[in-house]
Amino acid sequence: MKKVEAIIKPFKLEEVKEALSELGIQGMTITEVEGFGRQKGHTEIYRGSEYTQNLLPKIKIEIVLPDQQVEAVVDTIIKSARTGKIGDGKIFVLPVEEAVRIRTNERGGQAVS
Amino acid sequence: MKLRNQVLVLLAAAWTAAAAFANESSALKEPTVVERLADIEAYINNGARTPDVASKVAGPGPGHNGWLMTSAALVLFMTLPGLALFYGGLVRRKNVLSVLAQCLGIAGLVTILWWAVGYSLVFAPGTPVLGGLKFAFLQGVDGSPNTDYSAWVSHNVFAMFQLMFAIITPALIIGAIAERMKYSAVLLFIGIWMFVVYFPLAHMVWGIDGLMNGAWNANAKIKAIDFAGGTVVHMSSGWSALILCLIVGRRLGYGKTIMAPHSMVLCMVGTAMLWFGWYGFNAGSALGADAVAANAFMTTTLAAAIASVTWGAAEWIFKGKPSVLGLCSGVVAGLVVVTPACGFVTATGAVIIGLLAGFIPFLACVKLKPLLGYDDALDTFGVHAVGGTLGALLTGFLATHEANPNLAINLKDVVGNTLWLHQLGAIGVTLVLATVGTALIALVVKLVVGLRPSPEDETVGLDLVYHGEEGYIFE
Repeated sequence: MKKVEAIIKPFKLEEVKEALSELGIQGMTITEVEGFGRQKGHTEIYRGSEYTQNLLPKIKIEIVLPDQQVEAVVDTIIKSARTGKIGDGKIFVLPVEEAVRIRTNERGGQAVS
Repeated sequence: MKLRNQVLVLLAAAWTAAAAFANESSALKEPTVVERLADIEAYINNGARTPDVASKVAGPGPGHNGWLMTSAALVLFMTLPGLALFYGGLVRRKNVLSVLAQCLGIAGLVTILWWAVGYSLVFAPGTPVLGGLKFAFLQGVDGSPNTDYSAWVSHNVFAMFQLMFAIITPALIIGAIAERMKYSAVLLFIGIWMFVVYFPLAHMVWGIDGLMNGAWNANAKIKAIDFAGGTVVHMSSGWSALILCLIVGRRLGYGKTIMAPHSMVLCMVGTAMLWFGWYGFNAGSALGADAVAANAFMTTTLAAAIASVTWGAAEWIFKGKPSVLGLCSGVVAGLVVVTPACGFVTATGAVIIGLLAGFIPFLACVKLKPLLGYDDALDTFGVHAVGGTLGALLTGFLATHEANPNLAINLKDVVGNTLWLHQLGAIGVTLVLATVGTALIALVVKLVVGLRPSPEDETVGLDLVYHGEEGYIFE
């Protein structure tokens, strides 16, 4: 089992969600986050005062999957979230030890499929 | 025996007084139809009444009175909530209520001072630099006009109209020291400032025997003109603001932490209210619904719109983007600069004023402030002192008889000639009075209650520390 964490541009969320649904992914968790990487934020100017805002709003998607689906999901996110410009975000893949479906007490791969 | 004599003397005195009174009232002759018509024409033209004729119109002229009551309400609306929102939106969230509380507190405090002696010190006859106490506690200030100022507006309406100017002027100062002055210190400072700076200055410029009242006082030493308060309101508050913000010092973390406006939406709403209310301020200063008021209405509109476009364009060219704050600042700057001129210039004059008003205060806020490093938090100096001074000077060059026939009464040879020199004189007097007065008062207040909150209180924010409230609670 793996967890795929993707940080993407907020306006790409709908496209990514649709593409993942088409792939058959049935669940995900979305969080509104702020952060920065190579994209350097923006400058706000109020009369004579300039303020640099380097934390930018992003969307974090978290999906836990059986190992064999990971490659397809990562590819799909890349295709649907990519604009080719700086600030498109990153994808992290992490190992997951256990998963439990609370309602049925199903464990492991069954809990996330 | 002694008592009887006293009673007789009293009776005789009363009889003489009654006879004199009867004599006086019969001295005014019954008006002819022609004289009555002339009286009504004087009303329609907002002109002086025929003296020594008994009039059938005892009270004020309803049209002019109605416009002045409306104007007074409009000018109050400029402070509450106009200026309060304009300034309130520009501070950080933790200090929004402190700005509102300062505006409200000033409105109440100044009204009390105005009732007690303020109105009298400005508008009662006295010396060239300060009025007398004839109208203290608003004695004798009733529904009939005070013909020193207007033949058709009730004296009490005139007094309330002028009160609204006395409220907004000190409220403008708080923009410079926003987010970092004790509430008690603000009120004490303003209370003294009214006596040291505002009352004398307003009397000099607008009092019937004022030193700088060129339009109406034939004996004025400085024959300057100020239609709605370029010197009295904007220069006095703006220059005082600069000195006060220098003495109070910069906000904690100035230049290091982000001090961006917490709500540009409130700021824009406040700006629109200021523009709206300014029609009462400028066109109302004609003290009647006459042609001078109509002209002031037009020049005010032109200057505000053109200055806004100019400021926005300057930002677009030099900074890359026209900001909402830039467009708002341009509106206010245009209104400030046209204030002393609005009743004296033509449409062309107003356009010139608008262009300069959009650019020169822009330079003061965007270039001069960072260069010199003073923390004029909301740009009271950059907009009101620079704009007010510019307006007073431009009035000297652009005022014309064509726009206002009243200029021919005492200033026939001055307007279009040496007026600008007299304007410079008025600028000098205002500047010295405002800066020296403010420096002295600030030092006194510093000794009595202290000017600043502790660093901890300033970091927490003035809303919680001084008012025990928060501006926004989202649940």
